[in-house]
Amino acid sequence: MRTFNVNSPFLYGVTAVVIVYVLAQSLFFLIRASRRARELGIQTRIIKKTILSTSLFTIAPAAAILLGVITLSKFMGLPLPWLRLSILGALTYELPAASSTATAMNLSLSASITDPKAYTAIAWVMTLGIIPGIFVVLFGLKKMQSGIVSLKSKDPKWGEIFMSSMFLGMISAFVGMLFSDVRMGLPGFIPIAVALVSALLMAVEGILIKVCKWGWLEQYALPISMLGAMAASIPLTALMGC
Amino acid sequence: MKTYNDSVHFYGRIWVALGIFLMIMVPVSTCVYYDAWPAFEHVFKGLLGVAPIFWTVGIIEVFTYAPMLGTGGTYLGFITGNLTSLKVPAALNAMQAANVEATSEEGEVISTIAIATSAIVTTLIIALGVLMLGYLQPLLESPVLTPAFDNILPALFGGLGVVYISKNWKIAIAPLVFMIVLFVLVPSLASSVGVLVPVGALVCIGVSRILYKKGKL
Repeated sequence: MRTFNVNSPFLYGVTAVVIVYVLAQSLFFLIRASRRARELGIQTRIIKKTILSTSLFTIAPAAAILLGVITLSKFMGLPLPWLRLSILGALTYELPAASSTATAMNLSLSASITDPKAYTAIAWVMTLGIIPGIFVVLFGLKKMQSGIVSLKSKDPKWGEIFMSSMFLGMISAFVGMLFSDVRMGLPGFIPIAVALVSALLMAVEGILIKVCKWGWLEQYALPISMLGAMAASIPLTALMGC
Repeated sequence: MKTYNDSVHFYGRIWVALGIFLMIMVPVSTCVYYDAWPAFEHVFKGLLGVAPIFWTVGIIEVFTYAPMLGTGGTYLGFITGNLTSLKVPAALNAMQAANVEATSEEGEVISTIAIATSAIVTTLIIALGVLMLGYLQPLLESPVLTPAFDNILPALFGGLGVVYISKNWKIAIAPLVFMIVLFVLVPSLASSVGVLVPVGALVCIGVSRILYKKGKL
Protein backbone atom coordinates (compact mmCIF):
# COMPACT_ATOMS: atom_id res chain seq x y z
CA MET A 1 0.00 0.00 0.00
CA ARG A 2 1.31 3.51 -0.91
CA THR A 3 1.83 6.04 1.88
CA PHE A 4 -1.32 8.11 2.17
CA ASN A 5 -1.36 11.87 2.57
CA VAL A 6 -4.44 14.12 2.21
CA ASN A 7 -2.30 16.57 0.20
CA SER A 8 -0.47 14.08 -2.00
CA PRO A 9 0.61 14.97 -5.57
CA PHE A 10 -1.66 12.15 -6.83
CA LEU A 11 -4.74 13.80 -5.30
CA TYR A 12 -3.69 17.18 -6.72
CA GLY A 13 -3.36 15.47 -10.14
CA VAL A 14 -6.89 14.03 -9.92
CA THR A 15 -8.22 17.45 -8.87
CA ALA A 16 -6.42 19.14 -11.78
CA VAL A 17 -8.05 16.77 -14.30
CA VAL A 18 -11.56 17.56 -13.00
CA ILE A 19 -10.93 21.31 -12.81
CA VAL A 20 -9.57 21.41 -16.36
CA TYR A 21 -12.71 19.51 -17.44
CA VAL A 22 -14.99 22.05 -15.73
CA LEU A 23 -13.09 24.93 -17.37
CA ALA A 24 -13.22 23.24 -20.78
CA GLN A 25 -16.98 22.61 -20.52
CA SER A 26 -17.62 26.19 -19.40
CA LEU A 27 -15.49 27.62 -22.24
CA PHE A 28 -17.21 25.34 -24.77
CA PHE A 29 -20.67 26.56 -23.73
CA LEU A 30 -19.51 30.18 -23.43
CA ILE A 31 -18.13 30.23 -26.99
CA ARG A 32 -21.15 28.48 -28.52
CA ALA A 33 -23.66 30.68 -26.66
CA SER A 34 -21.75 33.87 -27.59
CA ARG A 35 -21.73 32.84 -31.28
CA ARG A 36 -25.46 32.08 -31.17
CA ALA A 37 -26.13 35.39 -29.40
CA ARG A 38 -24.48 37.27 -32.30
CA GLU A 39 -26.53 35.26 -34.82
CA LEU A 40 -29.66 36.27 -32.93
CA GLY A 41 -28.68 39.91 -33.24
CA ILE A 42 -27.66 40.46 -29.60
CA GLN A 43 -25.06 43.22 -29.66
CA THR A 44 -21.46 42.38 -28.74
CA ARG A 45 -21.69 45.22 -26.20
CA ILE A 46 -24.46 43.35 -24.32
CA ILE A 47 -22.49 40.07 -24.38
CA LYS A 48 -19.37 41.81 -23.01
CA LYS A 49 -21.41 43.57 -20.32
CA THR A 50 -23.02 40.25 -19.32
CA ILE A 51 -19.58 38.66 -18.95
CA LEU A 52 -18.15 41.60 -17.00
CA SER A 53 -21.13 42.04 -14.70
CA THR A 54 -21.36 38.28 -13.98
CA SER A 55 -17.63 38.20 -13.23
CA LEU A 56 -18.03 41.04 -10.71
CA PHE A 57 -21.11 39.41 -9.18
CA THR A 58 -19.25 36.09 -8.81
CA ILE A 59 -16.31 37.45 -6.78
CA ALA A 60 -17.98 37.54 -3.33
CA PRO A 61 -19.74 34.11 -3.54
CA ALA A 62 -16.52 32.59 -4.96
CA ALA A 63 -14.56 33.99 -1.99
CA ALA A 64 -17.14 32.33 0.28
CA ILE A 65 -16.62 29.03 -1.58
CA LEU A 66 -12.86 29.43 -1.07
CA LEU A 67 -13.59 29.85 2.63
CA GLY A 68 -15.47 26.53 2.42
CA VAL A 69 -12.42 24.90 0.84
CA ILE A 70 -10.29 26.19 3.74
CA THR A 71 -12.84 24.89 6.30
CA LEU A 72 -12.88 21.38 4.83
CA SER A 73 -9.11 21.34 4.19
CA LYS A 74 -8.34 21.18 7.91
CA PHE A 75 -9.84 17.70 7.91
CA MET A 76 -9.49 16.49 4.34
CA GLY A 77 -6.50 18.34 2.91
CA LEU A 78 -6.81 20.77 0.02
CA PRO A 79 -7.32 18.67 -3.15
CA LEU A 80 -10.66 16.93 -2.38
CA PRO A 81 -12.51 20.01 -1.02
CA TRP A 82 -11.08 22.06 -3.91
CA LEU A 83 -12.38 19.48 -6.38
CA ARG A 84 -15.74 18.97 -4.67
CA LEU A 85 -16.50 22.69 -4.41
CA SER A 86 -15.58 23.22 -8.08
CA ILE A 87 -18.22 20.72 -9.27
CA LEU A 88 -21.81 19.85 -8.36
CA GLY A 89 -22.41 20.51 -4.67
CA ALA A 90 -21.86 23.28 -2.17
CA LEU A 91 -20.43 23.56 1.34
CA THR A 92 -23.95 23.09 2.72
CA TYR A 93 -23.87 19.58 1.23
CA GLU A 94 -20.17 18.59 1.41
CA LEU A 95 -19.82 19.35 5.13
CA PRO A 96 -22.80 17.19 6.25
CA ALA A 97 -21.61 14.42 3.87
CA ALA A 98 -18.11 14.46 5.42
CA SER A 99 -19.48 14.74 8.93
CA SER A 100 -22.05 11.92 8.46
CA THR A 101 -19.37 9.52 7.21
CA ALA A 102 -16.88 10.57 9.90
CA THR A 103 -19.53 9.91 12.56
CA ALA A 104 -20.24 6.48 11.06
CA MET A 105 -16.53 5.68 11.47
CA ASN A 106 -16.13 7.32 14.90
CA LEU A 107 -13.71 9.89 13.50
CA SER A 108 -13.30 13.47 14.68
CA LEU A 109 -13.58 16.34 12.19
CA SER A 110 -10.94 18.33 14.05
CA ALA A 111 -7.83 16.46 12.87
CA SER A 112 -6.48 15.62 9.41
CA ILE A 113 -7.43 12.14 8.10
CA THR A 114 -4.61 9.62 8.15
CA ASP A 115 -6.55 6.48 7.20
CA PRO A 116 -6.94 6.19 3.39
CA LYS A 117 -10.05 4.00 3.81
CA ALA A 118 -11.74 6.75 5.83
CA TYR A 119 -10.75 9.26 3.15
CA THR A 120 -12.14 7.16 0.29
CA ALA A 121 -15.34 6.44 2.26
CA ILE A 122 -15.93 10.21 2.55
CA ALA A 123 -15.06 10.71 -1.13
CA TRP A 124 -17.64 8.04 -2.10
CA VAL A 125 -20.36 9.54 0.11
CA MET A 126 -19.68 13.06 -1.24
CA THR A 127 -19.96 11.70 -4.79
CA LEU A 128 -22.95 9.37 -4.43
CA GLY A 129 -24.93 11.59 -2.08
CA ILE A 130 -25.57 14.24 -4.73
CA ILE A 131 -25.37 12.46 -8.08
CA PRO A 132 -29.04 11.46 -8.82
CA GLY A 133 -29.96 15.02 -9.89
CA ILE A 134 -27.40 14.92 -12.72
CA PHE A 135 -28.89 11.67 -14.02
CA VAL A 136 -32.26 13.44 -14.21
CA VAL A 137 -30.55 16.20 -16.26
CA LEU A 138 -28.87 13.62 -18.50
CA PHE A 139 -31.98 11.58 -19.27
CA GLY A 140 -34.91 13.92 -18.56
CA LEU A 141 -33.96 17.49 -19.50
CA LYS A 142 -34.94 17.27 -23.18
CA LYS A 143 -38.43 16.03 -22.31
CA MET A 144 -38.80 18.62 -19.56
CA GLN A 145 -37.76 21.50 -21.87
CA SER A 146 -40.21 20.40 -24.57
CA GLY A 147 -42.96 20.51 -21.91
CA ILE A 148 -42.02 24.11 -21.10
CA VAL A 149 -41.98 25.05 -24.80
CA SER A 150 -45.45 23.54 -25.31
CA LEU A 151 -46.80 25.38 -22.23
CA LYS A 152 -45.41 28.64 -23.61
CA SER A 153 -46.79 28.09 -27.14
CA LYS A 154 -50.31 27.11 -25.93
CA ASP A 155 -50.79 30.32 -23.95
CA PRO A 156 -47.81 32.73 -24.20
CA LYS A 157 -49.12 35.11 -21.49
CA TRP A 158 -49.67 32.29 -18.99
CA GLY A 159 -46.26 30.85 -19.97
CA GLU A 160 -44.64 34.13 -18.93
CA ILE A 161 -46.62 34.33 -15.67
CA PHE A 162 -45.71 30.70 -14.96
CA MET A 163 -41.99 31.46 -15.32
CA SER A 164 -42.26 34.57 -13.11
CA SER A 165 -44.06 32.41 -10.52
CA MET A 166 -41.16 29.93 -10.55
CA PHE A 167 -38.65 32.78 -9.93
CA LEU A 168 -40.81 34.24 -7.18
CA GLY A 169 -41.25 30.83 -5.57
CA MET A 170 -37.47 30.57 -5.22
CA ILE A 171 -37.08 34.17 -4.03
CA SER A 172 -39.94 33.76 -1.48
CA ALA A 173 -38.29 30.68 0.01
CA PHE A 174 -34.96 32.48 0.48
CA VAL A 175 -36.53 35.73 1.71
CA GLY A 176 -38.65 33.68 4.14
CA MET A 177 -35.50 31.93 5.37
CA LEU A 178 -34.09 35.31 6.47
CA PHE A 179 -36.84 35.38 9.14
CA SER A 180 -35.92 32.01 10.65
CA ASP A 181 -33.90 33.55 13.52
CA VAL A 182 -36.21 36.41 14.49
CA ARG A 183 -37.28 34.64 17.68
CA MET A 184 -33.66 34.98 18.90
CA GLY A 185 -34.22 38.71 19.42
CA LEU A 186 -32.28 41.59 17.85
CA PRO A 187 -29.35 39.54 16.43
CA GLY A 188 -31.93 37.42 14.58
CA PHE A 189 -32.94 40.51 12.59
CA ILE A 190 -29.42 41.06 11.17
CA PRO A 191 -30.09 39.06 7.93
CA ILE A 192 -33.31 41.05 7.39
CA ALA A 193 -31.48 44.36 7.92
CA VAL A 194 -28.76 43.28 5.46
CA ALA A 195 -31.39 42.26 2.88
CA LEU A 196 -33.14 45.62 3.34
CA VAL A 197 -29.86 47.50 2.75
CA SER A 198 -29.34 45.46 -0.42
CA ALA A 199 -32.94 46.15 -1.54
CA LEU A 200 -32.54 49.87 -0.78
CA LEU A 201 -29.28 50.08 -2.77
CA MET A 202 -30.97 48.26 -5.65
CA ALA A 203 -33.93 50.68 -5.52
CA VAL A 204 -31.58 53.73 -5.56
CA GLU A 205 -29.72 52.23 -8.52
CA GLY A 206 -33.08 51.64 -10.24
CA ILE A 207 -33.91 55.34 -9.82
CA LEU A 208 -30.49 56.37 -11.17
CA ILE A 209 -31.00 54.11 -14.20
CA LYS A 210 -34.52 55.34 -14.96
CA VAL A 211 -34.46 58.99 -13.89
CA CYS A 212 -30.81 59.93 -14.48
CA LYS A 213 -30.57 57.61 -17.54
CA TRP A 214 -27.50 55.84 -16.14
CA GLY A 215 -28.05 52.84 -18.42
CA TRP A 216 -24.50 51.53 -17.86
CA LEU A 217 -25.38 50.89 -14.20
CA GLU A 218 -28.00 48.26 -15.08
CA GLN A 219 -25.45 45.46 -15.57
CA TYR A 220 -23.64 46.25 -12.30
CA ALA A 221 -26.63 46.98 -10.06
CA LEU A 222 -26.80 43.55 -8.38
CA PRO A 223 -23.03 43.17 -7.73
CA ILE A 224 -22.95 46.72 -6.26
CA SER A 225 -26.00 46.22 -4.01
CA MET A 226 -24.75 42.82 -2.90
CA LEU A 227 -21.22 43.99 -2.03
CA GLY A 228 -22.63 47.17 -0.42
CA ALA A 229 -24.96 45.13 1.79
CA MET A 230 -22.15 42.72 2.71
CA ALA A 231 -20.01 45.70 3.74
CA ALA A 232 -22.95 47.15 5.72
CA SER A 233 -23.38 43.81 7.52
CA ILE A 234 -20.12 44.50 9.43
CA PRO A 235 -21.35 47.63 11.31
CA LEU A 236 -24.91 46.20 11.45
CA THR A 237 -23.62 43.07 13.21
CA ALA A 238 -21.59 45.24 15.60
CA LEU A 239 -24.73 47.29 16.35
CA MET A 240 -27.31 44.52 16.53
CA GLY A 241 -25.19 41.56 17.53
CA CYS A 242 -25.54 42.35 21.26
CA MET B 1 -32.07 20.39 -39.83
CA LYS B 2 -30.60 20.49 -36.33
CA THR B 3 -31.61 23.59 -34.39
CA TYR B 4 -29.33 25.36 -31.88
CA ASN B 5 -31.37 23.84 -29.06
CA ASP B 6 -30.98 20.31 -30.49
CA SER B 7 -27.21 20.76 -30.68
CA VAL B 8 -27.12 22.05 -27.07
CA HIS B 9 -28.92 18.86 -25.97
CA PHE B 10 -26.54 16.72 -28.03
CA TYR B 11 -23.31 18.28 -26.69
CA GLY B 12 -24.80 18.87 -23.25
CA ARG B 13 -25.53 15.17 -22.80
CA ILE B 14 -22.00 14.23 -23.88
CA TRP B 15 -20.45 16.73 -21.43
CA VAL B 16 -22.74 15.62 -18.59
CA ALA B 17 -22.14 11.89 -19.24
CA LEU B 18 -18.36 12.46 -19.25
CA GLY B 19 -18.70 14.66 -16.16
CA ILE B 20 -20.55 11.89 -14.28
CA PHE B 21 -17.87 9.41 -15.36
CA LEU B 22 -15.11 11.73 -14.09
CA MET B 23 -16.90 12.35 -10.78
CA ILE B 24 -17.17 8.60 -10.17
CA MET B 25 -13.58 8.04 -11.26
CA VAL B 26 -12.34 10.35 -8.46
CA PRO B 27 -13.11 7.90 -5.59
CA VAL B 28 -12.43 4.87 -7.85
CA SER B 29 -8.92 6.06 -8.81
CA THR B 30 -8.13 7.03 -5.20
CA CYS B 31 -9.23 3.57 -3.97
CA VAL B 32 -7.15 1.84 -6.66
CA TYR B 33 -4.05 4.06 -6.19
CA TYR B 34 -3.96 3.63 -2.41
CA ASP B 35 -5.47 0.15 -2.48
CA ALA B 36 -7.94 1.45 0.07
CA TRP B 37 -11.49 0.38 -0.70
CA PRO B 38 -13.75 1.51 2.17
CA ALA B 39 -16.06 -0.85 4.04
CA PHE B 40 -19.52 -0.90 2.43
CA GLU B 41 -21.02 -0.40 5.87
CA HIS B 42 -19.21 2.95 6.36
CA VAL B 43 -20.26 4.31 2.98
CA PHE B 44 -23.83 3.09 3.52
CA LYS B 45 -24.06 4.65 6.99
CA GLY B 46 -22.54 7.91 5.69
CA LEU B 47 -25.02 7.98 2.81
CA LEU B 48 -27.89 7.29 5.15
CA GLY B 49 -27.15 10.63 6.84
CA VAL B 50 -27.29 12.68 3.65
CA ALA B 51 -28.87 10.78 0.74
CA PRO B 52 -32.55 10.92 1.83
CA ILE B 53 -32.51 14.72 1.93
CA PHE B 54 -29.92 15.52 -0.77
CA TRP B 55 -31.20 13.02 -3.33
CA THR B 56 -34.66 14.55 -2.91
CA VAL B 57 -33.32 18.13 -3.05
CA GLY B 58 -31.06 17.27 -6.03
CA ILE B 59 -33.94 15.86 -8.08
CA ILE B 60 -36.34 18.68 -7.09
CA GLU B 61 -33.67 21.26 -8.03
CA VAL B 62 -33.62 19.96 -11.61
CA PHE B 63 -37.37 20.53 -12.00
CA THR B 64 -37.22 23.92 -10.27
CA TYR B 65 -34.08 25.41 -11.80
CA ALA B 66 -34.04 23.93 -15.32
CA PRO B 67 -36.83 26.25 -16.58
CA MET B 68 -34.93 29.26 -15.15
CA LEU B 69 -31.46 28.27 -16.40
CA GLY B 70 -32.39 27.16 -19.92
CA THR B 71 -30.97 24.12 -21.72
CA GLY B 72 -27.24 25.01 -21.92
CA GLY B 73 -27.32 26.62 -18.48
CA THR B 74 -28.79 23.46 -16.93
CA TYR B 75 -26.25 21.09 -18.54
CA LEU B 76 -23.47 23.38 -17.35
CA GLY B 77 -24.89 24.46 -13.98
CA PHE B 78 -25.55 20.93 -12.77
CA ILE B 79 -21.94 19.91 -13.41
CA THR B 80 -20.31 23.06 -12.02
CA GLY B 81 -22.56 23.27 -8.93
CA ASN B 82 -23.21 26.06 -6.42
CA LEU B 83 -26.59 26.63 -8.07
CA THR B 84 -28.56 28.47 -5.39
CA SER B 85 -25.97 30.95 -4.19
CA LEU B 86 -24.33 31.58 -7.54
CA LYS B 87 -25.47 30.14 -10.87
CA VAL B 88 -29.24 30.74 -10.62
CA PRO B 89 -28.93 34.37 -9.37
CA ALA B 90 -26.20 35.02 -11.98
CA ALA B 91 -28.50 33.78 -14.77
CA LEU B 92 -31.55 35.69 -13.47
CA ASN B 93 -29.55 38.90 -13.06
CA ALA B 94 -28.01 38.64 -16.55
CA MET B 95 -31.39 38.02 -18.23
CA GLN B 96 -32.96 40.88 -16.26
CA ALA B 97 -30.13 43.31 -17.17
CA ALA B 98 -30.14 42.26 -20.84
CA ASN B 99 -33.93 42.59 -20.87
CA VAL B 100 -34.60 39.12 -22.33
CA GLU B 101 -37.25 36.52 -21.44
CA ALA B 102 -36.11 33.30 -19.76
CA THR B 103 -38.07 31.12 -22.18
CA SER B 104 -36.82 32.87 -25.35
CA GLU B 105 -33.71 31.79 -27.27
CA GLU B 106 -32.13 35.14 -26.35
CA GLY B 107 -32.73 34.29 -22.68
CA GLU B 108 -31.25 30.84 -23.25
CA VAL B 109 -27.95 32.20 -24.62
CA ILE B 110 -27.62 35.05 -22.09
CA SER B 111 -28.25 32.60 -19.24
CA THR B 112 -25.64 30.18 -20.64
CA ILE B 113 -23.09 33.00 -21.03
CA ALA B 114 -23.68 34.09 -17.40
CA ILE B 115 -23.42 30.56 -15.98
CA ALA B 116 -20.30 29.75 -18.01
CA THR B 117 -18.65 33.03 -16.96
CA SER B 118 -19.57 32.44 -13.34
CA ALA B 119 -18.15 28.88 -13.44
CA ILE B 120 -14.88 30.06 -15.03
CA VAL B 121 -14.43 32.98 -12.61
CA THR B 122 -15.25 30.77 -9.59
CA THR B 123 -12.78 28.10 -10.71
CA LEU B 124 -10.06 30.70 -11.27
CA ILE B 125 -10.69 32.47 -7.94
CA ILE B 126 -10.58 29.18 -6.01
CA ALA B 127 -7.41 28.10 -7.86
CA LEU B 128 -5.77 31.46 -7.21
CA GLY B 129 -6.95 31.38 -3.60
CA VAL B 130 -5.48 27.91 -3.05
CA LEU B 131 -2.15 29.03 -4.56
CA MET B 132 -2.09 32.14 -2.36
CA LEU B 133 -3.60 30.44 0.68
CA GLY B 134 -0.86 31.61 3.02
CA TYR B 135 -1.71 35.26 2.28
CA LEU B 136 -5.48 34.93 1.91
CA GLN B 137 -6.40 32.63 4.78
CA PRO B 138 -5.85 35.21 7.57
CA LEU B 139 -7.83 37.79 5.59
CA LEU B 140 -10.75 35.48 4.72
CA GLU B 141 -10.92 34.12 8.26
CA SER B 142 -10.51 37.49 9.98
CA PRO B 143 -13.29 38.19 12.51
CA VAL B 144 -13.90 41.60 10.91
CA LEU B 145 -15.03 39.99 7.63
CA THR B 146 -16.97 37.12 9.21
CA PRO B 147 -20.35 38.99 9.19
CA ALA B 148 -19.90 39.84 5.50
CA PHE B 149 -19.44 36.19 4.50
CA ASP B 150 -22.22 35.09 6.88
CA ASN B 151 -24.62 37.43 5.11
CA ILE B 152 -24.04 36.61 1.44
CA LEU B 153 -27.52 35.12 0.95
CA PRO B 154 -29.42 38.06 2.56
CA ALA B 155 -27.29 40.51 0.50
CA LEU B 156 -28.04 38.54 -2.65
CA PHE B 157 -31.75 37.89 -2.19
CA GLY B 158 -32.46 41.41 -0.88
CA GLY B 159 -31.28 42.95 -4.15
CA LEU B 160 -32.65 40.26 -6.42
CA GLY B 161 -35.94 40.09 -4.48
CA VAL B 162 -36.76 43.79 -4.72
CA VAL B 163 -36.52 43.67 -8.53
CA TYR B 164 -38.76 40.64 -9.02
CA ILE B 165 -41.19 41.42 -6.20
CA SER B 166 -41.74 45.03 -7.34
CA LYS B 167 -42.37 43.84 -10.92
CA ASN B 168 -44.79 41.09 -9.88
CA TRP B 169 -46.10 42.23 -6.50
CA LYS B 170 -49.62 40.85 -7.07
CA ILE B 171 -48.38 37.28 -7.32
CA ALA B 172 -45.47 37.73 -4.89
CA ILE B 173 -47.44 38.58 -1.75
CA ALA B 174 -48.99 35.14 -1.06
CA PRO B 175 -45.80 33.00 -1.33
CA LEU B 176 -43.81 35.63 0.62
CA VAL B 177 -46.28 35.74 3.51
CA PHE B 178 -46.55 31.94 3.45
CA MET B 179 -42.77 31.47 3.61
CA ILE B 180 -42.16 34.15 6.27
CA VAL B 181 -44.84 32.66 8.55
CA LEU B 182 -43.51 29.14 7.92
CA PHE B 183 -39.90 30.05 8.79
CA VAL B 184 -40.90 32.07 11.87
CA LEU B 185 -42.96 29.12 13.14
CA VAL B 186 -40.44 26.40 12.18
CA PRO B 187 -36.93 27.98 12.17
CA SER B 188 -35.24 24.58 11.73
CA LEU B 189 -36.52 24.51 8.12
CA ALA B 190 -33.72 26.96 7.24
CA SER B 191 -31.35 24.00 6.86
CA SER B 192 -33.52 22.46 4.14
CA VAL B 193 -34.57 25.57 2.24
CA GLY B 194 -33.94 23.75 -1.07
CA VAL B 195 -36.99 21.55 -0.45
CA LEU B 196 -39.13 24.64 0.11
CA VAL B 197 -38.23 26.30 -3.21
CA PRO B 198 -40.70 24.14 -5.20
CA VAL B 199 -43.27 24.59 -2.40
CA GLY B 200 -42.95 28.38 -2.83
CA ALA B 201 -43.19 27.94 -6.60
CA LEU B 202 -46.36 25.83 -6.27
CA VAL B 203 -48.01 28.37 -3.95
CA CYS B 204 -47.08 31.16 -6.36
CA ILE B 205 -48.25 29.24 -9.47
CA GLY B 206 -51.57 28.44 -7.72
CA VAL B 207 -52.21 32.08 -6.78
CA SER B 208 -51.14 33.27 -10.25
CA ARG B 209 -53.50 30.81 -11.94
CA ILE B 210 -56.45 32.01 -9.85
CA LEU B 211 -55.65 35.69 -10.55
CA TYR B 212 -55.06 34.95 -14.25
CA LYS B 213 -58.38 33.13 -14.61
CA LYS B 214 -60.14 36.07 -12.91
CA GLY B 215 -58.46 38.46 -15.37
CA LYS B 216 -56.52 40.26 -12.61
CA LEU B 217 -53.07 39.81 -14.23
